[in-house]
Amino acid sequence: MVRLISHNLLACHAKGCTSNNFPLQFKDVTVELREQESNPDFLKNIMPRLEWKALVGAARQLGDTSLPEEMPEMLDDEFLKNLHHVLFEIHVEEGAMVCPNCQHVYPILNGIPNMLLAEHEIS
Amino acid sequence: MIPTPDLSHLKQEDYLSIYEPAEDTFVLLDALEQDADEIKSLRPLICLEVGSGSGCVSGFIGSILGPYNSLFLTTDINPHASLCTLRTGRQNKIPLEPLTAHLVTPLLPRLHHSVDILIFNPPYVPTYDSEAIDAQSQGDIRGAWAGGKDGMQVTDLLLEQVDDLLSDKGRFYLVAVKQNDIAGIQARMLQTYNLLSEVVLQRRAGREHLFVIRIHR
Repeated sequence: MVRLISHNLLACHAKGCTSNNFPLQFKDVTVELREQESNPDFLKNIMPRLEWKALVGAARQLGDTSLPEEMPEMLDDEFLKNLHHVLFEIHVEEGAMVCPNCQHVYPILNGIPNMLLAEHEIS
Repeated sequence: MIPTPDLSHLKQEDYLSIYEPAEDTFVLLDALEQDADEIKSLRPLICLEVGSGSGCVSGFIGSILGPYNSLFLTTDINPHASLCTLRTGRQNKIPLEPLTAHLVTPLLPRLHHSVDILIFNPPYVPTYDSEAIDAQSQGDIRGAWAGGKDGMQVTDLLLEQVDDLLSDKGRFYLVAVKQNDIAGIQARMLQTYNLLSEVVLQRRAGREHLFVIRIHR
């Protein structure tokens, strides 16, 4: 299941595509919501690794506006609940991710993104 | 004794195209189990398995660490393997995040110095170079074992990225056989990247002399 935590770690790696290749833009997606037990300690520890603007943008693409534009200083329960939901409970099942720079399309099938490139696209 | 993940959801048809866990898988599981207490005390945030196949090994790491304490990323060049990994995660209630990808390419640069546990049971069997190249590009079952010259063709590609991937406390568990030149791998990682390593487990299984090497800063 590709969730937004993974999406936040994926960049386009087509030949020559080295700038403006993150984050990938969702296209024609089918989404499922699935509950998962929350771990606030994990959330607090993973926050420094997140690209915040990319996460907020991706969440909004998928219809979730619960996260603030800027990463907050104070991490209250409400915020952690929303963060947990955005990172772990929104499953992109079908659709695609498109590179904003070179337009390469990475399909998502059965919840799994296919990040493979064709021969001519490999550096 | 941590139980091996339940793979009963996988059938013979699945094993036509994905690697069925064998002695090399089990020596890796045993090595991870041996290190279980240390791995837990590391409190890893991000675990990444390259070449996840059935998902057995990542499922096992999930059992060691608990399902919600880490992110379990996996890659495999074979889309069917990624799907099997996803199903293995569900069967064992460990949330695995499979990606169909060649090694780790789409995850760099974002995972620079970020991987706490990196695992790779590579295609390590020495074969003709062309057989290895072909196997990887087809993404089929041969890609699970065909390793080209000295069985290191694919492993070498990942070894070049280990220093980039590993966090300060990160550990890389690599499966290898004698023909891969274990001491050579260890020397190269030290000389080129200043990475230390130990053989944590070795075992003879049939014609193979298997090793699990643990590499770290």
